[in-house]
Amino acid sequence: MNDFIASIGLEVHVQLKTRTKLFCAFPAHEEGDPNVAVCPVCLGLPGAMPVMNGEAIRQTVKTGLMIGSRIALRSTFDRKNYFYPDMPKNFQISQQAAPLCLGGAVEIDVGGQPKTIRVNHIHQEEDAAKITHLENSSEIDFNRASTPLMELVTEPDMASPDEAMAFLIALKEMLIYAGISDCNLELGQVRCDVNSSVRPAGTDLLGVKCEIKNMNTFKGIHRALTYELARQVEVLRSGGMLVQETRRWDDEAGVTLPMRSKEYAHDYRYFPEPDLPPVVLDAATVEAWRAELPELPAVKRARFIRDYGLPEYDVGVLTADQALAEFFEAAAQQSKNCKAVSNWVMGELLRALGEQGLGIADAKITPRALAALIALVDAKTINMPAAKEVFQVLFEKGGDPAAVVKEKGLAQVSDAGAIDGFAERAIAANEKVAAEFRGGKETALMFLVGQVMKLSRGKANPQLAAEALRRKLRG
Amino acid sequence: MSADLHDLGFLEVAEALTQKRASSEELTMALLARSEELESKLNSLTWFNREAVLAEARAADAARAAGDNRPYLGVPIAIKDLLNVKGQPCTAGSRILKGYVAPYDATVIARLRAAGCVFVSRTNTDEFAMGGSTETSAYGTTRNPWDTDRVPGGSSGGSAAAVAARLAPAALASDTGGSIRQPAAFCGVTGLKPTYGRVSRYGCTAFASSLDQIGPIARSVEDATAVYQVIAGLDPHDSTTAARPVDDCLPNVRAARDLKGLKLGLPKEYFVDGLHPEVEQLTRAAVAQCRALGAEIVDVELPHSKYGIACYYVLAPAEASANLARYDGVRYGFRAEAEDLQEMYEQTRAQGFGAEVKRRVILGTYVLSSGFHDAYYLRAQKVRTLIRRDFDRVFARCDAILGPVTPSPAFRVGEKTADPVQMYLGDIFTANVNLAGICGLSVPCGFTTGGLPAGLHIIGPAFADARILQIGAAYQHATEWHKQQPKI
Repeated sequence: MNDFIASIGLEVHVQLKTRTKLFCAFPAHEEGDPNVAVCPVCLGLPGAMPVMNGEAIRQTVKTGLMIGSRIALRSTFDRKNYFYPDMPKNFQISQQAAPLCLGGAVEIDVGGQPKTIRVNHIHQEEDAAKITHLENSSEIDFNRASTPLMELVTEPDMASPDEAMAFLIALKEMLIYAGISDCNLELGQVRCDVNSSVRPAGTDLLGVKCEIKNMNTFKGIHRALTYELARQVEVLRSGGMLVQETRRWDDEAGVTLPMRSKEYAHDYRYFPEPDLPPVVLDAATVEAWRAELPELPAVKRARFIRDYGLPEYDVGVLTADQALAEFFEAAAQQSKNCKAVSNWVMGELLRALGEQGLGIADAKITPRALAALIALVDAKTINMPAAKEVFQVLFEKGGDPAAVVKEKGLAQVSDAGAIDGFAERAIAANEKVAAEFRGGKETALMFLVGQVMKLSRGKANPQLAAEALRRKLRG
Repeated sequence: MSADLHDLGFLEVAEALTQKRASSEELTMALLARSEELESKLNSLTWFNREAVLAEARAADAARAAGDNRPYLGVPIAIKDLLNVKGQPCTAGSRILKGYVAPYDATVIARLRAAGCVFVSRTNTDEFAMGGSTETSAYGTTRNPWDTDRVPGGSSGGSAAAVAARLAPAALASDTGGSIRQPAAFCGVTGLKPTYGRVSRYGCTAFASSLDQIGPIARSVEDATAVYQVIAGLDPHDSTTAARPVDDCLPNVRAARDLKGLKLGLPKEYFVDGLHPEVEQLTRAAVAQCRALGAEIVDVELPHSKYGIACYYVLAPAEASANLARYDGVRYGFRAEAEDLQEMYEQTRAQGFGAEVKRRVILGTYVLSSGFHDAYYLRAQKVRTLIRRDFDRVFARCDAILGPVTPSPAFRVGEKTADPVQMYLGDIFTANVNLAGICGLSVPCGFTTGGLPAGLHIIGPAFADARILQIGAAYQHATEWHKQQPKI
């Protein structure tokens, strides 16, 4: 493969997270019985007319803003004509002449190598119905018909399956972050057409393009591309010619196969959709939408490293979920010990959430309480085991850590007299171990500290306990 | 009294009901009886359901007795078989929608229903409104009540014939290239094609979406105004409807007596070779009448008029080819039995559509095809802009335009079926109004020596619907043509 260069471009279809469908008031993302979320408009009944869903426009524009697209203040819709039973009108309302977002780029990182993947445009369109082929018949579920989709088309800037994968992961993370799509691959919320070509190293002209249609898992895309690029190189190496064609991925066999030209060779006969006036946006609206955008994951990661002095690993975990990152940040801003906040969030908090299958929104503990809890530990008011006990209470019931410490009597005992008393009782009850320590076995001290902790019911400050023991054993 | 109930127009019926001189049930019975008597000669209706319609009329009477005083409560109206009325069949004149029952009300229907109207019958139409004679309907040709050997015009020939024959006090119709005005002229009744965007198209089975507009066919301009007033206005279901308010123009229309202070344009392009001499003479007499009523008549030019038909017959079929793609046998309507999907599509459409619809779908598909799109579709869009500018220039100095509605009076059944281009040329004065998105009114302006009606075309700028209605009303106040009745 080294003597060949691959060029990969993606057409990514993403279902937008809107309450209703693209052209009617019926609910999008209906997961119940088939053909219940349907109306004259999304069934394409005679006389029905589309009405644009403004929320879908907002989501697509926000995607464009995230990747630095130029937003078209006047955008139009077109009819894309083709017959298939999943298309109720036998045309799809899409955008060809004047899409909503032009240009833009997504930054990716593969093995520490940063790269910019350019985006050609993003357009808005309607999804088709879901069709299930049975042995002697097919079933069509129109619940999905007219679900808002955006199609993001990249330039052929990716050079390997890994880069394509990195692009899709970066895009998915961004879209989930901004609440634009749940990007649930199992529900078909992200679907890709994958274009690829190879050319000999040292040449500039792109090779002959092959398109693999309808991919719906990232892993599948990686496998299909790996196979397809090798196939193309093999054809060229053996002196053959590649033809521009559309192929499909056979996941079981692990091969791409050419589709019959009948299955894809369409003259779509685009023309302007007469039932939808152009979408006209003003600059102020676009700016207001820009202001709604969250900080992008990559930017947030860099900032967490800079502002909170966290290691890259921590930052990766904390920013994987926007709500988690927000929780961390709120706690860190009220704490003098950011690393401890990170440890608590990654450790106890994620563990507790995971055990109960909860989201961060379900936790009763507030960022302020976590910061206060860490402050109690740092001030040696409580020790770690006590702190974990307090955390569990805060997680389940909420409240103020100091109050919980008081209520449960968990404050560390740092009173010298009391600790001396515990130390004397521990030595008296364990003369043999004490003798070992005096004989030079340093580790014996740990056992005695443990005994002090036990006698104090966990409340003794372990450091003071060790000091008191040392004094008494040597003295 | 009851023997004459069918003679009442829309507003007269409303008055008779308000004054309790008649009940909706009596009126509806009278219309159904007359329909049963005349339909064997006319074939203007595709459906009327005695029981269902009478139940509706009785419900209206009961509501009135209980104090409901909506002005149009219980007034019967006929509906072109292209507009969806919940629970009634909606065939669009096509075999492919035979047996299809509409599951929802078009917006215009919902508004008439809210006003209290009773949907008494459905009127015949050229298949998917494609035609100028009602001969392309899969449910038989409608006959002209003035001469049953002749066509009533089309595509709303059923609505025009039914109103002329007194089978309904008024009817709703649709106009894509003249489909309200031309049959109104052929049948001696009044028809309004409102400004594009003035009346919601939601629920009107689409032919060419950028040209279609719903409007009334009635016995008088006053009646047409009353119906227009109910159906016009912004509709959240139709994004192409205009947000501007609909003024209550009925009082002004009823009070219109003269045309003083109005400047009316007479395009020289509308009086050319090929215009039937008697139609020309009747139109010129009507223009003279308008002058006598105080209007200033000026000569104007619409230089791109002659390209209108060619432009229309590229754009309308292009849009139709997409609008009619949904009739594929998968979800509703007629389905041909076949071995596989492709064959099912082909057979369903081959057997379900008639020849004229197929011709236009093929034509529309062709002009949008890769390689031809720019030469036909794009070029036609540019011509459309030029035609619109022609009108803009004229309306900068004129209040309205006068002319003939049709180049000839009603022709004989079968006369033009063999030559589609001859049929298309019948739209020569009307299609440009749709291309420009402006409004047009057809009012009866006399009869040929053979006893066939002709229509005066009053064309107004966008959203001057009230103005052309006032002009038409003043004309009708001074003339008796619209009061003539065919003897069937």
